[in-house]
Amino acid sequence: MLLETIRLAIQAIFRNALRSFLTVLGIVIGVGAVIAMVTIGQGSTEQVTADVEKLGSNMLMIMPGQDAMEGGPSGTVDQMFTIRMNDMIEEQLGMVDVSAPLSTARARAVFGNENRRTDIVGTDNRYFTAARWEIARGRQFDRSELQSGKPVCVIGESVRKELFGTSDPVGEVIRIKTLSCEIVGLLRSKGASTFGSDQDDFVIMPIRTFQRRIAGNTDVSLMIVSVREGVSTERAKKEIEAAMRDIRRIGRGEDDDFTVMDMKQIATMLSGITGVLTGLLSAVAAVSLLVGGIGIMNIMLVSVTERTREIGIRLAIGAQTRQVLMQFLIEAIILSLFGGLIGIVVGLGIGLAGANMLSIPFNPDPGIILMAFGFSAAVGVIFGFFPARRAARLNPIDALRHE
Amino acid sequence: MAELSSEGEPLIRLRGISRLYGSGEAEVRALDGIDLDIQKGEFVAIMGPSGSGKSTAMNVIGCLDVPTAGEYHFHGVEVANLNADQRALLRRHYLGFIFQGYNLLPRTSALHNVELPLIYKGLGRAQRHAAAIEALEKVGLAHRAHHDPSELSGGQQQRVAIARALAGNPEVILADEPTGNLDTRLSVEIMEVLKGLNENEGLTIVMVTHEADMAAFANRLIWMVDGRIESDGPTRKAA
Ligand SMILES: Nc1ncnc2c1ncn2[C@@H]1O[C@H](COP(=O)(O)OP(=O)(O)OP(=O)(O)O)[C@@H](O)[C@H]1O
Ligand SMILES: [Mg+2]
Repeated sequence: MLLETIRLAIQAIFRNALRSFLTVLGIVIGVGAVIAMVTIGQGSTEQVTADVEKLGSNMLMIMPGQDAMEGGPSGTVDQMFTIRMNDMIEEQLGMVDVSAPLSTARARAVFGNENRRTDIVGTDNRYFTAARWEIARGRQFDRSELQSGKPVCVIGESVRKELFGTSDPVGEVIRIKTLSCEIVGLLRSKGASTFGSDQDDFVIMPIRTFQRRIAGNTDVSLMIVSVREGVSTERAKKEIEAAMRDIRRIGRGEDDDFTVMDMKQIATMLSGITGVLTGLLSAVAAVSLLVGGIGIMNIMLVSVTERTREIGIRLAIGAQTRQVLMQFLIEAIILSLFGGLIGIVVGLGIGLAGANMLSIPFNPDPGIILMAFGFSAAVGVIFGFFPARRAARLNPIDALRHE
Repeated sequence: MAELSSEGEPLIRLRGISRLYGSGEAEVRALDGIDLDIQKGEFVAIMGPSGSGKSTAMNVIGCLDVPTAGEYHFHGVEVANLNADQRALLRRHYLGFIFQGYNLLPRTSALHNVELPLIYKGLGRAQRHAAAIEALEKVGLAHRAHHDPSELSGGQQQRVAIARALAGNPEVILADEPTGNLDTRLSVEIMEVLKGLNENEGLTIVMVTHEADMAAFANRLIWMVDGRIESDGPTRKAA
């Protein structure tokens, strides 16, 4: 009899092909959305953690202004740093390995007919050490280039690809604003970071060149400090803060006009952002789940009259309540399973495509898959089965007369 | 289900059957103390004004509805003592229904509609198929076995419904206005099918109708008014 009931259920599914299709679609949308969204959200979070680890835990950043972490308007224009300040930090603090001064701008790099808008970074060779960049071809800057601010640069892989295609960039001259700049080195690619931002998309030149020819000032907007092995970041942070207050002549009781961030903080900040992202994606997914659920509910409610009559007919010709219910339950389960499986495949597919596009890891969470599947199955069974149960408990004649 | 005994009892025996709808001021006595015996092999027509309780009586006899008061013995068994599942078994094995509105499953072939009661009877596929085809042959519709109800005329749909009622090999066929939606020519066709089943296969038939011409096919006519039986006797055969 069970086999026969399963056959009846399958017949009912095909007899009502459109209704079955819409039900499956509702489940596919719900399950697919949840799995895709959560997979992408979690992938981003993992990527942030991995990125931060790649940067190294012994790296700190010093930025002008208070509470740079919190963002928002600080009211006043922050007092920038200078190269001298950077060198004092490196010299005064024994635990500091290197400290690199940075100043940045956006500009267009032009070579022949090709051009690319990119980040222009003014710094010196210490930056390669602090941020762990390796030279793939060519060389770093030499002493005279740094000291007299010569028009030379080291470029990232993405800039090379765009401007030079397959040819060797070292020795070529690119133009940045009014500056003609000889390429002396090419960086080894680090690939994309979290959110797909391209880390290789920049041009580095000596900071004096940058200040004189690009920015037109003597500012340093960021210092990247690498501390020696075995020094705790808390201690490094405290010492750097004390030294900075001293260098900047900040009196007792006055607030800092700079911020020191360690990688843990940066990691927390970034995870905060990805957390928000995951939350947003989850909200989208929850809405999809709800939409799918409402869709199924609607389909079931619309067909309740026809189904109630069908139940009346079956009861009249001698079906027992539990046989009718079993048929409807099996029908709901088949549709839910089918929709759920397609939903998992679709969700994982979208998740994989999204992960590839954003260059983030693809590690689907079996818990979420089970949860989404369970929820949709429950929706399918509840809305498919419970109206049927109500109908099957009617007097057969009332079910037949249902309008 | 065990064979029901019927020693000395009529097939259908109603005593003081009442069916009330609603309560208080809105109370309706659809059936008001019906006494009725129907013997095996009878062809009974029930007539009466609209609202007189004909359908209600049929539903009670067919175990689709339960009376508010009174005794109903089917084959000597008190139906009031049966639960819903047992009543379902009674319908499955002894009763066949024909409704005014056909009540076929939509988007389902005639053959499959006719097979439906046999599925619940537990027949195997081959047996089911053979029995369904046989029933469709009896109503002259074997050549339409694979058509959906929407592809059949009203008369053909009703014949499919008759085939469905027959397929389960019941003892009693209950037909509530089986020709209510059909023109005279088709109605006569249907009545001839029913008459043949009664005469050749000994099926007991209880039929509600509004048309005297159709009632004339029966052997016995019951006239209902206001939930009571007003007259009960043999039909006068048309000259
Ligand atoms: N489900 C119901 N709820 C309330 N009242 C009902 C219900 N079914 C029938 N009735 C009432 O019971 C009475 C008998 O109804 P029934 O359907 O048996 O009449 P009928 O003789 O079959 O009429 P018709 O010839 O129009 O089909 C009517 O007054 C009707 O309004
Ligand atoms: Mg009626």
